[in-house]
Formats: sequence, C-alpha cells, structure tokens
Amino acid sequence: MSEDFNDNKTIQAQSSEAISGGGSGIATDADYVRPAEVADQDLYHGHSFITKWIFCQDAKVIGVQYFLLATFTGIIGLILSWLMRLQLGFPGLAPFMTAEHYYQFVTMHGMIMVVYFLTALFLGGFGNYLIPLMVGARDMVFPYLNMVSFWSFFVAVAVLLASFFVPGGPTGSGWTLYPPQAILEGTPGSGWGIMLMCISLILFVAGFTMGGLNYLITVLQARTRGMTLMRMPLTVWGIFTATVLAMLAFPALLVGALMMSLDNVLGTSFFMPTILKAGEVLEYGGGSPILFQHLFWFFGHPEVYIVALPAFGIISDLISVHARKNIFGYRMMVWAIVGIGALSFFVWAHHMYVSGMNPWFGFFFATTTLIIAVPTAMKVYNWILTLWRGNIRLNTVMLWCLGFIVTFVNGGITGIFLGNVSVDVPLSDTYFVIAHFHMVMGIAPLMVIMGAVYHWFPLVAGRFLDEKLGKWHFWLTFLGAYSIYFPMHYLGFIGVPRRYFEMYDSPYVTSAVGMNEFISIAAFIVGAAQFILIYNIIKTLKTGKPAGHNPWQACSLEWLTPTVPPEHGNWGDRLPTVHRWAYDYSVPGAKEDFITQTTPPSEVAHTKVEKT
Amino acid sequence: MSDIKIEGYEFKPGFKGMAKDTGSDQTMFKGVHWGKAMMWIFLLSDTFIFSCFLISYMKGRGSTIIDWPNPSEVFGLHVFGVDVPLLLIAIMTFVLITSSGTMALAVKYGYEKNKKMCGWLILATAIGGLTFVGMQAFEWSKLIHEGVRPWENPFGAPQFGSFFFMITGFHGTHVSIGVIFLFIYAYKTFAGHYDQGKRGWFTTMKGDYVEIEILGLYWHFVDLVWVFIFAFFYLW
Repeated sequence: MSEDFNDNKTIQAQSSEAISGGGSGIATDADYVRPAEVADQDLYHGHSFITKWIFCQDAKVIGVQYFLLATFTGIIGLILSWLMRLQLGFPGLAPFMTAEHYYQFVTMHGMIMVVYFLTALFLGGFGNYLIPLMVGARDMVFPYLNMVSFWSFFVAVAVLLASFFVPGGPTGSGWTLYPPQAILEGTPGSGWGIMLMCISLILFVAGFTMGGLNYLITVLQARTRGMTLMRMPLTVWGIFTATVLAMLAFPALLVGALMMSLDNVLGTSFFMPTILKAGEVLEYGGGSPILFQHLFWFFGHPEVYIVALPAFGIISDLISVHARKNIFGYRMMVWAIVGIGALSFFVWAHHMYVSGMNPWFGFFFATTTLIIAVPTAMKVYNWILTLWRGNIRLNTVMLWCLGFIVTFVNGGITGIFLGNVSVDVPLSDTYFVIAHFHMVMGIAPLMVIMGAVYHWFPLVAGRFLDEKLGKWHFWLTFLGAYSIYFPMHYLGFIGVPRRYFEMYDSPYVTSAVGMNEFISIAAFIVGAAQFILIYNIIKTLKTGKPAGHNPWQACSLEWLTPTVPPEHGNWGDRLPTVHRWAYDYSVPGAKEDFITQTTPPSEVAHTKVEKT
Repeated sequence: MSDIKIEGYEFKPGFKGMAKDTGSDQTMFKGVHWGKAMMWIFLLSDTFIFSCFLISYMKGRGSTIIDWPNPSEVFGLHVFGVDVPLLLIAIMTFVLITSSGTMALAVKYGYEKNKKMCGWLILATAIGGLTFVGMQAFEWSKLIHEGVRPWENPFGAPQFGSFFFMITGFHGTHVSIGVIFLFIYAYKTFAGHYDQGKRGWFTTMKGDYVEIEILGLYWHFVDLVWVFIFAFFYLW
C-alpha cells in the first residue's frame, strides 16, 4: 500500500524554497510569504479503475460524480414537471395522470429539485471541484470521508428513486411532507413512500455532513501560503457559508424525518393529533403537527440560502472575469453573504403565516424577512456596479450572468410581497408563490449553474463548449422561463390555487385555461432546451476548441494549475503562493488586463495595484 | 496553545490575537490538527440535532393534554425493601462522568507517549461506556416490562414513552458508537499504531496520538449531552 502514497516527498522541495526565499531579515521584502505551517498533504493515489474513477478520493472526480448524479436526478425532476404541466395545461389528455400521480409528481419534483439537484450540485459538485483548487490545496482535507460522502448521496438517490417502485408509489404529500396527511391513509404513498423519503433524507444528511466537514476544514485549515480568508474568491465564500448553514439546518430535517418515520412505523404521536376518520378515532393522539412545520422550515428556509449563497458567490466571480473588472465592494460582498446566512436562521416562520400563528409572531418574522432584503440588495447593486463601465465580453457566460441578475431581482421583489403577513395571506397557496420561488430559487440558481458550466468546462475538460449552441440554450431558457413564470404571477393574483390537480368547473377555468396551455407549451420547450447543453457537452468533449491554460484570463488559482485539466494533487511539485486577491482585473499600468493571484508584488511594482 | 511555535508567525494575546489568526493565511486555528477542527464542527452540528430533539420534547410535553408521569416514580428502583428514586440513573450518570475522567487521563498519557497507561485508560473508558449502555438496556427493559411503549404509557401521556425511547435511544447509539471506537483505539494504542504512524482504516492519514484526543472530544460531548438529557427527563 505504501507506493500508493507520496509520503510527503514534495515537502522537501517546499521547505528548501522557504529557507532560500524567506528566512530572516527579508521581512521588508514585499514578496515574502510565510513558510508553510502544515506539512504537505499525503494523498492516496489510486491505480486501478475502481480506485481512480469509482471509489475515488480525488475531490475533482468526486465533484464531477456529484455533478453527474445530481444532473441525472434533476432530469427526472424535469420530466416530472413536464408531466405536471401536461395535466395542468391539457387536463385529461394523458390518461395515466390520475390525481394520485399528480401529487406524487409534485412532491418528487419539489424534493428532487431542491435537495437532490440544487444542493448536491452546488455544494457537492462545485464545492468539491472548486474549493481545493481555489484555496490552493492539494485536495479536500479528508479524501476518504469525501468519497463516502458521495456514495451516501448515491444510496440516498437510489432509495428516493426506489420509492417509485414500491407498493403505493412515492409519497404525495407535497415536498413539505406535512403531517398528519403525509402518513395517513388516503394520501398517495402514505406507507412505503413516505418511509423511503425519510430514509433517503436521513442518508442525504449523513452524507452531506461528511462532505460539509470537508469543505469547512479545507477552507479554514488548508489554504495555501498567502491565501487569507479575505483573498478567497467569492465562490469559496458562498459555498463555505452555505455549508455552515447546512451543518446547522440539516439537523432539524434529520430530527423531523426521524420522528415522522417513528410516527409512521411505530405508531408514536409526535406530530399526530387526535384524528377522526369516518367517524372513528384513530390510534394517534396528543401530538403537534405544527412542531413538524417548525422543524421543517427551520431547515427549509436556510435551505433556500444553501442554494442561493453559492450561486451569489459563483456569479460574482463570473461577472468579474467577464466584465474584466474587480468585483465592486468585495468586503461588503463577503459580509453580505455572511449576514444573509446568519439572518436566514431567524425567518423560517414566514412560511407558516397561515398556520394559525399569533399575529405578533408573524410580525416579528416579517420584519426579519424584510431585513434580509438589505444585504441582498447590496449584492445586486454591487453586481451592477461591477458591470458598470466594465470591458464586457458578451459571451454565453455573461448572458447567463445578466439573465441571473434580472431573474433574481424579479424573484426578490415578489419575495417582498410574500414576506408581509397581510399581503401573504391572500396570496398564500396560489400560483404567485409558485412563480416567486421558481424565479428566485429555481431559475436564478439554474442560470448560475449554466453560466458556471460554460465558464469552468474548459478547466474540467480542457475544451470550450460551443458558443452558438450555448446562445441558443440561453435564449430559449431565458425567454421560455419568463413565459412560464410571468403569467403565473397573474394566475396567482386571480386566485388560482396551487397543488390542484384540476380546476374542474370553477370560475378560474375560463380565464386561466388559455394561460395554462401557454405555460405548459413554454415548459415543454424550456425543458427540451436543456438537452442542448447535454448535446453540447457530449459534442465538445472530443471535438471542442482546445482551451489551453487560463483561457478566460482569470486571476484566481483554479486556472493556474500546471496541467489543464488539473491532475490529482492539483499543483505538481510545488503549492502556489498567493500575493493578492482574486480580482486584479484591468489594473492601471499593468501589461495585461489581469494580474494572477500568484504574481509577486515586485513584478507589478509600477502598477496602481491595491494592497489586498 | 501558547506552546505552539510557528515559523514566521507571532501570536498575540486575547481578542487581537484571535482577529490576527482569523485574518492570517493558511490556517485559522493555528496548530490545530485537521481532524480535531473537524470534530469540533461535527459536534456543533450534533448539538443542533440534540437541541432539536430536546426542544421537540419540551414542545411535546407542553402541548399534551394528558398528565406527564412523575419521573421520580417511573424511574425509581425498589432495593432492599426501600423505594429509591433515580437510583439507577444516579449510578449511570456517575459511571459515564467517571469514564470522561479516564478518557481525559488517556489523552494525557497518549501525548506523553505512555502507550501502556494510555491503552489501559482507553479500555477503562470503553468499559465504563459499556456499563452505561448495559444499565440503559436494563432500564429500557424495566420500563417495557411495566408496559411503557413508544406508542403508549400506562403512567400518563403516551408521548412520554415516545420521547424517552427516541432520545435516550439516540444518545445510547452515540455511546455505543463511541464504545466501539474506544475498543478499536485501545487495540491500536497497544499495537503501537500511533507510535509507528500506521495508517488507519477510515482515513488515509498517518496515525498520531492526537486521534485519541479527537475521540476524547466526542466522548466528552456524549457525556455533556447526557447531563442535559438527565436534567430534562429525570429532574423536570
């Protein structure tokens, strides 16, 4: 086994450099960086196919594995949304779409997209791939744990998808899984379905905890020489803060899922009140359904920011690179991310305004909710000010960035409507809510993902994605998404309730039916447009334009590896040394319009570079 | 942490020192082993799990309309013709807290590279944990024998049984996992894995006596949680 490890061989190279380059008496030298505190990481190098590609301990491979599996589940979620739209736009067209199936698809679509797609993709996918590269580490600090993390996620997805094939099918209680109906007979999947959902969530949380500990310790304890927290790219800040949220919010979900399983299997009454069914009193009694709502939303609201904060971070980097300007107000951007993260733990009950809570309680949560708008708006202004008078490259990545800003502002403004108790109560459980959260945490983060894929694909695969296909992909998605969700705001205003299988002969039918057909057709097109990306990836993987080193002329470390794509261990013999932040674009006096993080000050002494 | 020396880095005391460490490159917690930092953060996350359990318990106990059973009667033992309230729990708590003491000593002897003492103390800790789990099993079977179930309870509110079995069960699982690792670590200590830097099964890192401290953190946490469970279930 010993030949599988490099046994700290590279340390010697590094420490000898530290002695000749650093040492005593040169503290005034601007290029001086303290020697390494921690011995170089001792990595396990797999040699067989299984240890290299399947049970792999390389964070980059694990990141790609997370990405692929999350995308796979995401496509299932997409297909479910097609089926739902088929029913809503053209009721009765598909005979297999019974009310039961509709509710099951609603539930699975919601849970898959929020947890198994977005969370896994941002934290598991981008987190694993980018954190070690961006902070200048060789790998995540606990590679073995990282591998187990992915395979727990794999099992969680398998259990989730298995619920399609058990008696009764998957649970149909809505992605919020509210008891008592989630485990009462009459709700689809009230036996096996909800059980598998709870098990899958518990597995996901366990797996995520292993990954999350890796992300946190890598950022806190394994940065390279010269990499201070305030020199990290905002992508790392976003993922880091989101991971902190996840570590503190997922416990509530875990406890909720565990208690629900016990209610379901053992017949305890944690969440189950006394229930009369067809004149008969069920065996349950004395529990509190509201308790589950509190547990769920104590997880559920931070979850929104677990998805949003990495998106905020990534978009900041993409905008900065492709506008050739430093991110405006870097420190404020960091504090805004941290502030939003902290505040997100004090707003959860705004999801429960109609649960019968005390109005004063609602007032408190409305206030905290609206306070979040302050750091969020700050971020939006900073993105726009970064673009302001930038040297904008209007490529596919930038298009996704611009699309994100517009969509996010749109979803944010409807959030202010829903954050106020008196406005929320009439809009509650209407399509307005659907439109709001799909805009703000569906489409907006999705646009970031797309932008990030077009941006980092040259790093992962060494080739550019096709720009023409990318632009088709963007415009179809952008215009299509607005065709879907803009009309939904209107549907909400006229009072069309969400989660209804069919409107039957209600007065909504006349005014909403045409719009529902239009939305459905748009949804089919947008869904299909996503396969352009898959085609694009498959096509360019072999035949795309080679990217070479640092194709976007970016400053941050992930582009500065000795090989592209980076190899296991990332940095060859010597870890990089960082001298500045990740945003020195268009510095007056510099030869090129970017100064990489590893450029020592002596090389750019004549420029007007700021000290960071 | 004043004994840690880092080349080219000057420690400052107090809040300024904390700010300096935070603002510095490479590491935020200077000289702290990765695994140790990880364990602290994991325990923070675990704290939230137990907090959710205990808050749910308070909510459940507060909202049930049937009377909560009197803990000193339910948990009492009948010994030598006398009813002693909380006797078993007192012994259990004593054993668990004592095992924390032996664990702390094991960490000390580990850092002194005293393999023998360290190994025996870990073993003593493991046996303390095992005794605790055994007594918990006894308590569970006593309650089950008296008719308490997760879904019903002859002494009052059925939620008593639900919360009791769930929370002590979850804590007992933590103790059991800890015991398993204690036995493994005792073996590894006696076999000299930490002296030779032998790689473990669950990690690609080289063995080091710091691992005993990391397990110790976990063990002390499990004890601390027990103190809260004790207070909320047996004294309230």
